[in-house]
Amino acid sequence: MSVTITTRQVGDVTVIDAAGRIILGEGSSAFRDTIKDLVTKGDKRILLNLSEVSYIDSSGIGELVSGFTTLSNAGGRLKLLGLTKRVHDLLQITKLYTVFEVFDDEATGLASFN
Amino acid sequence: MSASFEQEIEEHNLDSSLESVDLAERAAIDLACKAGFGEDDQNAISMAVRECMVNAVAHGNKYNSRKKVYLKLEAVPGTLVVTIGDEGDGFRGEEVPDPRAPENLLKQSGRGLLLMRAFMDECEHTMRVPHGTLVRMLKRYS
Repeated sequence: MSVTITTRQVGDVTVIDAAGRIILGEGSSAFRDTIKDLVTKGDKRILLNLSEVSYIDSSGIGELVSGFTTLSNAGGRLKLLGLTKRVHDLLQITKLYTVFEVFDDEATGLASFN
Repeated sequence: MSASFEQEIEEHNLDSSLESVDLAERAAIDLACKAGFGEDDQNAISMAVRECMVNAVAHGNKYNSRKKVYLKLEAVPGTLVVTIGDEGDGFRGEEVPDPRAPENLLKQSGRGLLLMRAFMDECEHTMRVPHGTLVRMLKRYS
């Protein structure tokens, strides 16, 4: 299975729920397209829920970084929610833990935008 | 690990496609499982093989349908060796910038080699004759 992406609005924050594998090809392009569409619509406060993402490769990590810079350049923020151990380890290895704000629970993540 | 497992070697010549990346990942995991590697080690092997295959298919062979990717998997109890070769222009691992450096941290690409080295116990690149790159990665039981 590649990635499944759904979005929902909670107040003025858009939560992206991703599930599956964000890997080179369909998985990473689906994620990229979602971010692009949201920014075009003016949704610039995004909390990305990765709790159901089992696997991210370096291409998927690149898409997270790209999403982060796209939103930052547009005056918005991309924050991460619910990292699995595997994704957490990847962010540690790549030092991207120093870039992203990461939250364990949704309420805290949503409140951080205020 | 099966009590009778002693050694297994398999070789493949794969197309330069993303389907080959999936195939190599599955083959490596299947063999690692047979050789008795635990889940964390299997995940590490999966990640490293995937990154290496993507490098070979996309950067080495540039998806050229006339070029093949060579895959060799060798397992003995406690150790798995993965060798992946492409037919590209060659590659020098030491010339790849550190993606963790502040000036590279927000670049979209360039993390594959870092992950291969992080997840495997050994990772060596050599020039392949007559052309291309051969990568040999080794994983021991954690």
